[in-house]
Amino acid sequence: MAKSRRGFLKGAAAGAAVLTVKAPEAKAQKGGGRGGNATAPAPTEAQLAADTGAAKVATPPWVIERPGADFMVDVIKALNIDYVAANPGTSFGGLHESLINHGGNKMPEFLTACHEESAVAMAHGYAKIESKPMLALLHGTVGIQHASMAIYNAYADRTPVVMIAGNWGAAIQAHNAQDLALMIRDTIKYDDEPKTLNAFADSIMKAYKIAMTPPMGPVLVVVDEELQEKAITETNLRVPRLSLTQPPAGDAGSVAETAKLLVNAQSPLITAQRAARTAEGMRLLVELAELLQAPVNSSERMNFPLKHALAGSGGQGYQPDVILCLEATPARGRGAKVVNISATNLYQKSNFQDEARYTDVDFDMGADAEATLPALIEACRKLITADRKRAFEERGAKIGQAHRRARAALIEQAAFGWDASPVSLNRLCAELWPLIKNEDWSLVSWEGFIGSWPTRLWNFDKHYQYIGGQGAGGMGYGAPAAVGAALANRKYGRLSVSIQTDGDLNYAPLVLWTAAHHKIPLLTIMHNNRAYHQELMHVQRQAGLSNRGMENCHIGTTLINPEIDYATVAKGYGLYSEGPITDPKNLSAAFKRGIERVKKGEPVLIDVVTQPR
Amino acid sequence: MKLALLVMLAFAGTSAAQSAESGKALFNTKFRCYSCHGFSGQNGPGAKLVPMQMTEAAFMAFVRQPRAPAPGSSPSGQQNRMPAYTAKTMTDAELKDIFAYIKTLPVGPAAKDIPLLKEAQP
Repeated sequence: MAKSRRGFLKGAAAGAAVLTVKAPEAKAQKGGGRGGNATAPAPTEAQLAADTGAAKVATPPWVIERPGADFMVDVIKALNIDYVAANPGTSFGGLHESLINHGGNKMPEFLTACHEESAVAMAHGYAKIESKPMLALLHGTVGIQHASMAIYNAYADRTPVVMIAGNWGAAIQAHNAQDLALMIRDTIKYDDEPKTLNAFADSIMKAYKIAMTPPMGPVLVVVDEELQEKAITETNLRVPRLSLTQPPAGDAGSVAETAKLLVNAQSPLITAQRAARTAEGMRLLVELAELLQAPVNSSERMNFPLKHALAGSGGQGYQPDVILCLEATPARGRGAKVVNISATNLYQKSNFQDEARYTDVDFDMGADAEATLPALIEACRKLITADRKRAFEERGAKIGQAHRRARAALIEQAAFGWDASPVSLNRLCAELWPLIKNEDWSLVSWEGFIGSWPTRLWNFDKHYQYIGGQGAGGMGYGAPAAVGAALANRKYGRLSVSIQTDGDLNYAPLVLWTAAHHKIPLLTIMHNNRAYHQELMHVQRQAGLSNRGMENCHIGTTLINPEIDYATVAKGYGLYSEGPITDPKNLSAAFKRGIERVKKGEPVLIDVVTQPR
Repeated sequence: MKLALLVMLAFAGTSAAQSAESGKALFNTKFRCYSCHGFSGQNGPGAKLVPMQMTEAAFMAFVRQPRAPAPGSSPSGQQNRMPAYTAKTMTDAELKDIFAYIKTLPVGPAAKDIPLLKEAQP
């Protein structure tokens, strides 16, 4: 296996020094270069002359001016990928070098990740804002295993991530594998291990295309080190043209049946989870809901404006007779007819139970919800008579009143524990809202562990204002996904805010350094409840059921003795930080200071000691 | 006579304070009631305990048997339900102390009196 180029570059001390070294000397360096122990020879007269421009020096025969990885970079550039995140690894060293030198470190730009899980989770968060994939590079067996949790999260969250893994490039044999993709094949949509450069071009194009076809998901292309580092010998190399698959829309007959059910329903309900892939998807869903005056229960992503009068489940006592599920876990009917529109119907292979159990539905459409909405809206519009329109308006007025009552009740609850120390999460979110509401803001963290206070108190009405959760519920996603999403928001000048749980941050705190290094503006506010709180509650419940008391339940579930000083941790990674804040009266001023710095382009962490939930 | 009454009242006051102090440790450390109800007694997935609406007797009865599990229900079906605290794990005296502590927890202002929340009203 040829390893000359990589080995030599490791061994050479300076770029100028390599220019006139004779082939035999280079060979000698090649042997020691793999271990990084070779030393560069002293510059010769010819070298010095070359450095000063005094003489033209011939390219020595061992130089590989056009390695295979250069062509790989040409192909990657055709994918219009902005960033590549990676923790450096020998097996993709050739590609790494070509990306930064041949590719000029632009489109894609290299992001230094300190862990493969962070690299993929950053790509996960990025895609949910930018609606396109980031590239992540993984080093052999170990890199893939490090990344595997983040890959599973992205898979279950139907999010595109393009990954390239290097193989057969490691000095450590255990980093190589006959079938590298095997260990994650259940949680990716596609993988390939091309043996030629033209085959690589086809594979990466196909991978990108499959990743972007709903249901979206992660894909992997494995490349041997040799293919990256050897000189290009193939003729007729071709950079293919990227063509994406149009998302599948429901057929006309199914759409007409669904429209009939919805228009004739007395109390329809729309449930949307990963329905709005784009801002246009959200606009379409608003159009459908307003046309039908039907409530929309939105979760997982920003599908619907949350202060819209039709947001919610219709209010207390609203009993749906037709439920339209859009890229959602199908609801159990409980007497209602259920229509399911989901692209996941078209792609089901998982060994893992990330999909819901089988649910009886009355009508199941194998189609992308967003792509089906325009036809469904038109089909409904055609069926709506003046009588139905009047009925819809009456229904809408009642739903609107119920929505206002529900919001008022939530505001009442927001006062609970207002002055408490540790700080209540409702107070934290209420203090933050007036400081961001006039900015172009984006919440880049999941709100499941923070009582959903942001969506209860803030006005979410844009597609990019919430990125949802992990997908598969794997911790370690939060911090890197926030950094990835904030990176995507950066070019739009948006203020990215993450309310970061402490347990999650401790999986991957080093992504804070990545944010600092790459100047990714992000306000991270710690929800520091000093515990793996969900599990503390679970163990307590179990101790109650076994009638053994609660005295030991802190064992293995709390983060105390010592308490972690997140402001100091963040400072160590190069961030401006404040805290720990325990008095709610100090929140606003600290948040203001943090926002000022974030608006100047830097990441900031503010540690707030909080009520458990 | 007057003096004796004052001494008795003062003793009763001290006793209530001691009970609440003991209840604080039980609430926050031994039984970790805060886990579901918040250190404030009013934040979290558990019931809002502040202001305490129950009598001491009703409170004690509830903690002993919060809600009987449905016959044949699996443990996962009881998720987020308050576990029962039997006399084996929590004495009556401890329960009374916890009740006394909850009664001391401040209610806090109402939403209508908080400018930040007034603005958030629909």
